[in-house]
Amino acid sequence: MTGQAEFLTALLDPAQPAPESLRNPHGGPAGARFDVYRNNVVVSLTEALITGFPTVHKLVGDAFFRAMAGVFLRAHPPGDPRLPLYGSAFPGFLIRFDRVARLPYLPDIAKLDLGMRQSYHAADVTPLSVAGIAPEAVMDLAPRLSPATLILSSRFAVHDIWAFTTRKGAPKPRGEAQDVIITRPAFDPEPHLLPEGGFTLARHLKGKLTLQAALTATITQHPAADMAALMTLFLTSGALTLDTAKDPAP
Amino acid sequence: MLDAACPDRLPPTPGIGYKSVHFDDLMATPGAVTWIEVHAENYMGDGGRPIAQLRALADRFPVSVHGVGLSIGGDHPLDRDHLARLKRLCGWLDPASFSEHLAWSTHDMGYFNDLLPMPYTPETLTRVAAHIDQVQDTLGRRMLLENPSTYLDFAEAQMEETDFLAELARRTGCGLLLDVNNVFVSATNQGREARAYIDAYPLDAVGEIHLGGHDAQTDEHGHPLLIDSHAAPVVDPVWDLYAYTVARAGARPTLIEWDADVPDFATLEQEAARAATILSPQGVPA
Repeated sequence: MTGQAEFLTALLDPAQPAPESLRNPHGGPAGARFDVYRNNVVVSLTEALITGFPTVHKLVGDAFFRAMAGVFLRAHPPGDPRLPLYGSAFPGFLIRFDRVARLPYLPDIAKLDLGMRQSYHAADVTPLSVAGIAPEAVMDLAPRLSPATLILSSRFAVHDIWAFTTRKGAPKPRGEAQDVIITRPAFDPEPHLLPEGGFTLARHLKGKLTLQAALTATITQHPAADMAALMTLFLTSGALTLDTAKDPAP
Repeated sequence: MLDAACPDRLPPTPGIGYKSVHFDDLMATPGAVTWIEVHAENYMGDGGRPIAQLRALADRFPVSVHGVGLSIGGDHPLDRDHLARLKRLCGWLDPASFSEHLAWSTHDMGYFNDLLPMPYTPETLTRVAAHIDQVQDTLGRRMLLENPSTYLDFAEAQMEETDFLAELARRTGCGLLLDVNNVFVSATNQGREARAYIDAYPLDAVGEIHLGGHDAQTDEHGHPLLIDSHAAPVVDPVWDLYAYTVARAGARPTLIEWDADVPDFATLEQEAARAATILSPQGVPA
């Protein structure tokens, strides 16, 4: 009698034989027949991680990523069947995974990959458009970040590393801390480098403060921030919405 | 409201497993493709392109929602959160069909993204029937249950798969999704005759047929070991088994499944057209 717990325990540990009651239909122990399931599980979850963390995959290479994914998926299998959302524990895993200690920026790159995916699947809302609104009236609006807008603060040049890894002709990464805002104007998320003060401004935009109040609060903390550049970025990238209802599900 | 083009059931003609790379071709020139099937778990986000594409497709084609993660064969209670997500999807989409697998994938340790096997016994029959009842009650619709590809046997098995499925259909009123490639794969792996499986199968309950490709390997004893892959064309012996099935069951909605190493749309459409030939009243004799 093979319980499902016993089946899974053996499945996840290649050093264990197949459970006794599993048989090759031609006689004898299941052997290679059981390995089909082992392989299916490991390969399919590995592929899901490769799809979900394309920049990390490119940075460490395919063979290394697959070996690392094998360790990760055994420690952190998906909590439910929504594979498009699998891997939220991966950035934390990378922080503790000694073999990538020489790439200290890797966990933040994984956060960026994860954020791009979360943005891709986020709820649809009407983006704030300032066309036809007088500039002074714009500053009285109290928008919030769209569900598909995500922000990330890093000690590393995450935006530069992402661009250098994924975009042809991108310059070599600078050696500086960078903040990133991911926006999704239509269906394709895009990460933008956040200038000084941008991360603070984004955190103030929760639908409570007006843009004027949020900018004032930001400038107190970041006197050198370029407010005009920040406004342009936030108002033209589809980052904001005035929709106040709970984020709609389909 | 029922749109004439989108009936509340699948037509007895070919469909394909939907891949987003085929969106434009499918909307422009579907050819022999008359309906689509999507994996439920890929449409459980809140919005974005997947949902928008599915809405557009559903305006044009009957849609079958095919779950791969409910773990109906699991020895644990069904995941209520996942069942609620399926209910939400079926609620807004109102698909022409909902189907799942006779397999398990979820346990205390997590979700393992494969269709894992189970022994067929009176005890597992009772458990699976209760799970099917729960799914049909929750979704408020009849579901179809698919036969798996199997690679090994259980010493404790007491029932044939065909009897197990027939009894599930009888007890729960569920329909069946007959995967002809899985029949061929399992029969070959067990050294049995695939046509005998079809002969013993409750064809009256078939609401949909699946066709797909597999990998051919051998095990450590030199016996053939076929592996369901959905990554290749349907092979000729499976087409023959399909024609044999259609000759006995009549025309049924038939899906071409191709989930990995996805080809261009023209290749998929040709597979659908081949199925259409067999489904037509003058069908290929088997």
